[in-house]
Amino acid sequence: MKFLGYRRNSGRVGVRNHVLVFPTVICAAGVAEMISREVPGTIYLGHQHGCGHLGDERDHMIRTMVGTCANPNVAGVLLVGLGCEMLTADLLGEKLREAGQRVETIATQAMQGTGEAIEEGTELAQKLLEEAKGAQRDQVDASELMVAAKCGGSDTLSGLTANPAMGVACDILIKDGGSAIFTETPEMLGAEHVLAKRAADEEVRRRIWEITSRTDSKIKAMGLDIREAEPGPGNIEAGLTTLAEKSLGAIRKGGTTPIVEVVEYAEKPSKKGLVIMDGPAHDVVGVTGMVAAGAQVVVFTTGIGTPVGSPIAPVIKVSSNSPLYQRWRDNMDVNGGTILDGGETLQSMGERLVEEIMEVASGKLTRAEVLGHREFAIHTIAPTV
Amino acid sequence: MSEAVIVVDEKDNVATALRPLEEGELLQVHIGGRALDVTVLQPIPFGHKIALTDLEKGQPVVKYGEVIGLATQRIGKGGHTHVHNVEGQTGRGDRT
Repeated sequence: MKFLGYRRNSGRVGVRNHVLVFPTVICAAGVAEMISREVPGTIYLGHQHGCGHLGDERDHMIRTMVGTCANPNVAGVLLVGLGCEMLTADLLGEKLREAGQRVETIATQAMQGTGEAIEEGTELAQKLLEEAKGAQRDQVDASELMVAAKCGGSDTLSGLTANPAMGVACDILIKDGGSAIFTETPEMLGAEHVLAKRAADEEVRRRIWEITSRTDSKIKAMGLDIREAEPGPGNIEAGLTTLAEKSLGAIRKGGTTPIVEVVEYAEKPSKKGLVIMDGPAHDVVGVTGMVAAGAQVVVFTTGIGTPVGSPIAPVIKVSSNSPLYQRWRDNMDVNGGTILDGGETLQSMGERLVEEIMEVASGKLTRAEVLGHREFAIHTIAPTV
Repeated sequence: MSEAVIVVDEKDNVATALRPLEEGELLQVHIGGRALDVTVLQPIPFGHKIALTDLEKGQPVVKYGEVIGLATQRIGKGGHTHVHNVEGQTGRGDRT
């Protein structure tokens, strides 16, 4: 299979050609937003982090921010820093250049305040946008793709229609040399043994048990009960009874191929094939992490409906049932309900999903993109001081 | 919809409703190659689960061929099987 993508200097292939204005710290977010407003066509990517990180969270934040900005869907990045923060524009800029990304940096404290920073930043952002316009799509092999599979706002049909259909799509993509990634460690609890059986080797098996038991014990150590939130109230109303039931349905979206690697949040996989990323079940935080890990396209299955997108990657919405598809026509790209009421098989639905992924990778806009959904949130792992 | 309920795995003792099920309705449920008659004991909403056999208190509830929880009370064949009579065994923060 082939699609039309942007081959980057890093060697990786993008499916979009975004220019980001990215604050390295929340204190620079206002300036970054004002610069982006001056240069239509750029994407401002706000977040709450960049300073006060303790322990492992510093590296975790650097990895996530660098991964986000280095995603091949991004043609160029203007990093906007303040100057006194932990994660400066210079620090992230150097790492992005090492990753082969086109980057410019400014730091507001080195200038005479907001006015000059906007003036300077606007010029740089315009330059990056002009350069990006020169990028051309070329025919590339589907093996260049890493597709993220996510489910959210799940119902009991998610695990019977949209998720297994996405599983078929993952199997097809991986057979063709590509990769798929899924996360949501809390929604692996109760299904760990099923995943562990599919580990490609002993180390992957060990890692699957490690991330699931770590998630389970961390919550318990805080004196909390995951069942307060898993399954969520909407899941229960839709018929999901226990976390194990939700998990067994959720993992079906990864398909049936061996799990070749388990990566940390926002960590770039080193192997091709089916990859698990350790991360929360939170929809936006999960998508952000997988896109930072390098996924160029996201397939998001839902039974109750959720509008979320991504500022970097196209998000394809697949409904688990036809009533949702009809009611949320504006937000849904593909109807998985036809497996129940349209005489479609999981196999043909999975093949249809692969076709959709190829079209979207080649430039077809998803409903989340048309509507302007750009939700973005980074996972935190320590208290911010 | 042709089928009223769907069974994922032959080992399952619950099925998922593909439309709202009415009390007293007689269903023919297909499990693998065989058919099973089940009378709906009480109204069951779309997407919710129905017991395919009598489940005693403490008995595993099986879906996807895996245990999803234990019955907290007796659930009759055809009964609504959900949070009011099933308890998950995963992530039990109350048992630490």
